[in-house]
Amino acid sequence: MQQVIHIFKKEFSTYFISPIAYIVISIFLLVTGWFFFTTFFLNDQANLRYFFNMQPIILSFIIPAVTMKLFSEEMNIGSYETLLTLPVTSLDVVLGKFFAALAFCAAMLLPTLAYPISVSFLGDLDFGPVIGGYTGVILLGGAFSAIGLFASSLTRNQIIAFIIGMAICFSLTMIDKMLFFLPSSLLGFFSYLGAGYHFQNISKGIIDTRDILYFVSISFIGLYAANLSLKVKN
Amino acid sequence: MIHVENLTKYYNTLCAVDQINFDIHKGEILGLLGPNGAGKTTTLRMLTGFLKPTTGSVRVKNFSIDQNALEIKKILGYLPESAPLYHDMLAFDYLNYIASIRGIDGSKKLERIRELSDICGLSSIMHQPIGELSKGYKQRVGLAHAMMNDPEILVLDEPTSGLDPNQIVEIREIIRKIGKEKTVILSTHILSEAEATCDRVVIINKGKIVADDSTETLKQSAGGQAVVNLSLENAGYDIVEKEITDVEGVTGVTKIDETNGILKVKIFCKNDNDCRGKIYNRIKRTDWVIMEFYQEAQSLENIFRELTKEN
Repeated sequence: MQQVIHIFKKEFSTYFISPIAYIVISIFLLVTGWFFFTTFFLNDQANLRYFFNMQPIILSFIIPAVTMKLFSEEMNIGSYETLLTLPVTSLDVVLGKFFAALAFCAAMLLPTLAYPISVSFLGDLDFGPVIGGYTGVILLGGAFSAIGLFASSLTRNQIIAFIIGMAICFSLTMIDKMLFFLPSSLLGFFSYLGAGYHFQNISKGIIDTRDILYFVSISFIGLYAANLSLKVKN
Repeated sequence: MIHVENLTKYYNTLCAVDQINFDIHKGEILGLLGPNGAGKTTTLRMLTGFLKPTTGSVRVKNFSIDQNALEIKKILGYLPESAPLYHDMLAFDYLNYIASIRGIDGSKKLERIRELSDICGLSSIMHQPIGELSKGYKQRVGLAHAMMNDPEILVLDEPTSGLDPNQIVEIREIIRKIGKEKTVILSTHILSEAEATCDRVVIINKGKIVADDSTETLKQSAGGQAVVNLSLENAGYDIVEKEITDVEGVTGVTKIDETNGILKVKIFCKNDNDCRGKIYNRIKRTDWVIMEFYQEAQSLENIFRELTKEN
C-alpha cells in the first residue's frame, strides 16, 4: 500500500510538470463551458443537466488522452524496466497510476464547480442532481481511466494507446443509443452494458447500487486486464 | 549468493539464453562478457526478475525468483542498459522518489541522497531535468539509483557506456570499492574493463557459456602463445626471418610493415618460457639497429575472439 502511495504521488506530480495537464484541462473547460452555456439560457432552467449529459462523450475523448502515456511512455523510454525491478509488484504500479489518473480527473472537474455556484445565483438550483452528477462523473472517470490504463499497457505507442482507449470508451458511451435496430428481447441486456445508460440514472440524482456496481466493475475489469497484460509481457 | 540453474529464455522461437549454469559468491565481482546479441542483457534481466525464464531457476540467497521476487528486489540494485529514467523529472526528485520506494524515510533520505551525490559526482546537476543531462550524467544518476538502498547485490548492465575516460576510471573505482563487501555483476563488451575490475569472467556466446574462470586463469590457459614485436633498422626481411626462426622457442615470424628502412615483424613464441633474451642475443651479433622490442601482453581480447568466433 505504501508503494501505491509513492507511485501515485510521483505520477500525479508528473502530470503537472509537463504542459500536457494544463492543455488538457483548458480544452476540457473550454469545450464543456461552450456547450453548456450556449444552450443554458435558451432552456431557461436552473439545472446542470446538459452539463452532465455531455460528460460521457467528452470524457471518452479526454480520459484516454490523460492515461495514454502512463505505460506506453515508460515502455518506450525503457524506464519500465527500472520501475519493475524496484521492490514493487505490478499491481502496485497499476493501482498507483490508476489513482493518479483518477485524481487528475477530479482536479480537472474542480474548476467546473463554478457552474453550479453561478447557476445557484441565477435561479433555484436543486443540489441533489448536482451531487449525484459529480459522483457519476467521478465514477465514470474511474471506469474510463481503468480502460485507458489497459489500452496504454498494450503498446509502447501513445497514439495507438489513445485510439484503443477512445474506441472502447466511446463504444461504451454510445452502445445504448444504437439499439433501435436490435430485437427488443436483447434491448435490456445491451442497454445495461452502456455507460451512458447508467450515468444518466446517477446524474438525475438517483444513486442506485446497480449503477455504482456497473462503474466499479468496469474499473475493476480494466485494472485487472492492465495488470494481466503487464504480467504476460515478461 | 546467487545460484543459476539451467536458465533458458526463448523469445518466440529465438533462443536468447540456452541452459546456462553458474554460481556467484558473496563479495565477488563477476563480469559477463559476450558479443552483441549473446544474451548478456537477457541473463541480467532474468536475474533481476524483470523477465521470466522460459525454464530453469534463479535463487538469490534462499529466495527463488518465482516465489519471492519482492524479497530479491529489496536486496538487489539494478542499472539497466543505457539508464532509462524519467526524462521530465529533476535528478533530485527522481532520487527522492526512488528513496521513498526503497523505504528510506525522513531524515535518512536526504543524507543518503547527499552521500550518493558525492560518490557519483551529481551535485552540480541535481536540479536539472534528467532528459537534459548528457549521457554520462544520466548513467551516473542511474548508478545512484541502483545503489540507493546500499544493495547486497548490484547488477550493472554496461555501466561505463557513454562515460568519458576520467569517469570510467572513477566508476571502476566505485565498483571495486563496492565489490569488497558486496556482490557485483556487470556486463560489458569492453574487455579491458572486465580485466581491470572483475575477479571472475563469464563469457557467453549465442546464449551459451563458453568460459567461466578468473581472468588470470583464462589468460594462462589460452592459446599458449606469446607475441613479440620487433622493429629493426638496417635489416632485410629474408635474413631476419632466417635468423630469428632459428632461435629456440620461436614458432614463427611474420612481416608487418617495411617503410623508411624500418622493418617491423611479429615473432610468435611458446608461452612457457620467455624467449626475448635469446632473440636479443641473436640480434646482438648482427649490425641491425633495434628501434622497438616488446612482448604483447596476452590479452583477454585474443581469448575472447578465440572463444566467440563464428564457425
